[in-house]
Amino acid sequence: MNRFRRTLLIAVPYLWLLLFFLAPFIIVVKISLSDTAIAQPPYVPVFDPALGWAGLKDFLSALDLESYVWLTQDSLYINAFLESLKIALISTSLCLLVAFPLALGIARTSPKRRPVLLMMVILPFWTSFLIRVYAWIGILRSEGFLNQFLQWTGVISEPLAIINTPVAVYVGIVYSYLPFMVLPIYATLEKMDGSLLEAAIDLGCSRTSAFWRITLPLAAPGIIAGCFLVFIPAMGEFVIPDLLGGTGTLMMGKTLWSEFFSNRDWPVASAVAIVLLLFLVVPIVAFQRMLERQQEAAR
Amino acid sequence: MNTRFTWFNATALAFGFSFLYLPILLLVIYSFNASKLVTVWAGFSTKWYGELLHNQAMLDAAWVTLRVAFLSATLSALLGTMAAYVLVRIGRFRGRSLFSGMIYSPLVMPDVIIGLSLLLLFIALGVPRGMMTVVLAHTTIGMCYAAVVVSSRLVSFDNSLEEAALDLGCSPLDAFFSVTLPIIAPSVVAGWLLAFTLSMDDLVIASFTTGPGATTLPIKIYSAIRLGVSPEINALSTILIAIVAVGVIAATLMQSRVTARGGDQG
Repeated sequence: MNRFRRTLLIAVPYLWLLLFFLAPFIIVVKISLSDTAIAQPPYVPVFDPALGWAGLKDFLSALDLESYVWLTQDSLYINAFLESLKIALISTSLCLLVAFPLALGIARTSPKRRPVLLMMVILPFWTSFLIRVYAWIGILRSEGFLNQFLQWTGVISEPLAIINTPVAVYVGIVYSYLPFMVLPIYATLEKMDGSLLEAAIDLGCSRTSAFWRITLPLAAPGIIAGCFLVFIPAMGEFVIPDLLGGTGTLMMGKTLWSEFFSNRDWPVASAVAIVLLLFLVVPIVAFQRMLERQQEAAR
Repeated sequence: MNTRFTWFNATALAFGFSFLYLPILLLVIYSFNASKLVTVWAGFSTKWYGELLHNQAMLDAAWVTLRVAFLSATLSALLGTMAAYVLVRIGRFRGRSLFSGMIYSPLVMPDVIIGLSLLLLFIALGVPRGMMTVVLAHTTIGMCYAAVVVSSRLVSFDNSLEEAALDLGCSPLDAFFSVTLPIIAPSVVAGWLLAFTLSMDDLVIASFTTGPGATTLPIKIYSAIRLGVSPEINALSTILIAIVAVGVIAATLMQSRVTARGGDQG
């Protein structure tokens, strides 16, 4: 391929991502260092290139860490962060508990049935996320299907309060992110050599210990990938805690949203975004390394 | 893997699939409920579908969403295919790891961060917010998904086909359009579909980047849900679910026919 075409091919997607993915973060960092103001846009300082070097100097000296200091002083933000971490960790574990047996079940059916079952796992993912969360409101609320059913069977006499609690958020996250956990686990289980298990059992291993000592370790890459795919977006989730968690459930994504839309405090909203991002950088980079290694291996 | 299919596996499948489908099933059934109370059955009725058809604001939002999704999916497929080609076929170049980082990180980046940062970019550049800014935002995410789908296909197909075409005197551009593109076409279509549904589905990024007169369907549904459950939303959900189900099943059948035919020839 000639040099010009090669450069052009790289440049178009590269520049697009630089402009629409990387550059915005620099702006977010800048605004997180600014102060709120009753103006349009609602923050100072605003950089004016017409003022030249002196303008740039004034501009830089007006930036400070006030928004970040504010985040540490108000317990609301620290609680929101801890709550996000707790909810994301619990939901990721629950998701793994539901997804693993499902992935294993699919991997053990006949090869002919597997594509259909896999499609059935993916199908709900293609339908609107918002609709899937909405469906759970009808199930979990106090006069919802679950409470009706439990009262009808006589298990409970008073409706359970599930909606507007963290439990509803766990259910919502597990439900919405299930395919992201099932697919990578299935991919590793499907490649697994069944004769390893047979050998273990022939050599006197019980089925249970064969599972713990062979199936699980071999499925580890899929489990790790699935946990990344669920944990990272769950940390910043907005829709699920907002619709199912009620006002009592604070999460980072919700805090960011309300700082921006309700309080119109752009510097604090930006600071929340940066803190969330800094926290997620480690898992995101680890995840990316893993994908790259897998791609290298496939080549 | 060939091991015995146990009762444990059967239970896991039954439990897993009921968990996945029961909520959707209840939603669909109760869209035909005559009562305004969503969870109390009061006889069969299709009146909520009728009311939906007269809800002009909802129809407008649906039309905006379709246009945004179509435009951004098309741009995503184009840019994503280029990006995949760069990732898989062009070996080392300066800034490659930054490039692959920018492709992979939007896949897991929380929506609120992407939405906020893009809005602040548009404001800094003085771009008026509206349908076009939503298209730009959705393309940025969609192209990354499309790139991942297309690159997985590019990795698995034999590079020597392309090299043969070049040896036989094809220009690189010809080789791409007459050899590579037909082979990766299914994955480009899959990438387009993925970008299209992501765009149709997105609430958070659209809420940040939209402007007056460009309310998308998820934004509309979200504000309706916040007011409480209503059978009209059930009806709308059922229509959307039906479209998706028919689309995905048709695509799967088509794909399996293509694979079967490919198998016969090979």
